[in-house]
Amino acid sequence: MWEMASQRMAFGRTLVEIGRENTDLVVLGADLSSSTKTRLFEKEFPERFFNCGIAEANMMGVAAGLAASGKTVVASTFAVFATGRCYDQIRQSIAYPRLNVKIVASHAGITVGGDGASHQTAEDIALMKVLPNMRVVVPADAIETSKATRAIIESEGPYYMRMGRSDVPTITSEDDKFELGKASIMRDGSDVAIIGTGIMVSQALKAAEMLRHEGIDAMVVNMSTIKPLDEETTIKAARRTGAVVTAEEHSVIFGLGNSVAMTLGEKYPVPIRRVGIPDTFGESGNWDELMVKYGLTPENIVSAAKEVIKKKEE
Amino acid sequence: MLEKKELLELSVKANAIRRHIIDMVYNAGSGHPGGSLSATDILVALYFKIMRYDPKNPKWEDRDRFVLSKGHAAPALYAVLAELGVFPVEELLTLRKVGSRLQGHPDMRKLPGIEASTGSLGQGLSIANGMALAAKLDRKLYNVYVMLGDGEVQEGQIWEAAMFASHYKLDNLIAFLDRNKLQIDGETEQVMSIEPISEKWRAFGWEVKEINGHDFDDIIDAVEWAKGVKGKPAMIIAHTIKGKGVSFMEGSVHFHGKPPNDEEYRIAINELEEERKRLMEELSSLGGAE
Repeated sequence: MWEMASQRMAFGRTLVEIGRENTDLVVLGADLSSSTKTRLFEKEFPERFFNCGIAEANMMGVAAGLAASGKTVVASTFAVFATGRCYDQIRQSIAYPRLNVKIVASHAGITVGGDGASHQTAEDIALMKVLPNMRVVVPADAIETSKATRAIIESEGPYYMRMGRSDVPTITSEDDKFELGKASIMRDGSDVAIIGTGIMVSQALKAAEMLRHEGIDAMVVNMSTIKPLDEETTIKAARRTGAVVTAEEHSVIFGLGNSVAMTLGEKYPVPIRRVGIPDTFGESGNWDELMVKYGLTPENIVSAAKEVIKKKEE
Repeated sequence: MLEKKELLELSVKANAIRRHIIDMVYNAGSGHPGGSLSATDILVALYFKIMRYDPKNPKWEDRDRFVLSKGHAAPALYAVLAELGVFPVEELLTLRKVGSRLQGHPDMRKLPGIEASTGSLGQGLSIANGMALAAKLDRKLYNVYVMLGDGEVQEGQIWEAAMFASHYKLDNLIAFLDRNKLQIDGETEQVMSIEPISEKWRAFGWEVKEINGHDFDDIIDAVEWAKGVKGKPAMIIAHTIKGKGVSFMEGSVHFHGKPPNDEEYRIAINELEEERKRLMEELSSLGGAE
């Protein structure tokens, strides 16, 4: 089985590494620096870390002002506050003027667990992807988080990167190539394509293994950038398999599934099913129990896969 | 105290800016004359007298920055930048037209000289915080000026930003509050009272000074005072008159976000022209018209 590792820790450690090379990197926190692991950067570079207190809106504006003065800025807090509370600040002060600010959020999705619906967000990808100039990145594991952190900091302009709270299975290796805007095919297959993002990529791999036992050959795609979507790989997967399932720990309404469905609907229509959080708020609970209750298991992906295969054959 | 001649020259400049503002919003058929006119004298003092600024090089690294947090006063800022020569004066009449660099609210990616994209109220002070912080990090000596509207301080983010500026001792940050006492729905004290406003800023750790925002000596002295404040940000509460310089716009909430009609436009331009002539006569009597 896979090893488990923390995306937040990978992010925090990578920030420290980059901080050594790039003296223009400034990191902002909003009283959650021990949770988002920006605390590691603060310890190493106290003069380039600024705690903004529980005042996220101001943090986004400070980030904009620093970026307008030539700094590369990482602003970090929980996903629900980063995107929901600060939507207008991100829109007006960061996305509209295309400033070099990287909003990196932890505690996204339902796997936040015990804190409940107030701290879980199934809407963050939706809010960020609809903004012009904003790019949205969702790494699948700790190794990919580290690479993505480096990539978004090296790439000019605004990014939103989303991480979970819980440790996640390590499914990529150091040698795997990571490129912003490019999906990676984790496993080839011809009967159905499962396009997943974030922690749902490992669930998709488990589902593919279960499908194999039933004689179904599933392709698994890791869509680590939601916007801009890798349309080429999406269409390639649809063409090869003729049936697509998307999997995300986010609302099915306007996340990865929506992007894939829009792309395929316009350019290569095939049967499609979206696995994700239904149109509802979450609740408190252990994260693995919540994954079951809100339909984010390999079994959910398996049944969606069978549905699209059946539809394809009709 | 400014020499009489210099004072008159700044007044002539402010008169020209006010005329541009009226021309621009009349031509555009929409816009915010009231708050642009109340902010004019402060902007003129800053850009023509106080700030280290090179109109030929608006990206100069060591320049003083100015953030117009009350972005709806954009016509005043555009007129100042055009008069400085940052872009052609003729371009002013493209305000709010399709394809123009002069958006209804300032866009830093479109127009040179604009330091921050503003318009959604409450955000400019945070941006100015970031700029002031960057100056400290880079050991640069520039100051960051920011202008807030008085209605704008009803936004909660302003107070988050106020806390941040004093916490990080941003003494290179100098804020103006354009206290013209009116917002779209009426008087600030009727809509949502902001008083006692000086005490609020003091309580947030700022040094505060109240001035007449239409008196150049007052404005320039206040900035000198603010530069001398160490270890704290400075707030200059500038008492102003909404619509200043056009008789029927003064103190009128009607002209917050409305252009003059044809008749009003004619009267406004006449008034400003009379004022210009008066100033020029006074200037020439000193024997020093430009």
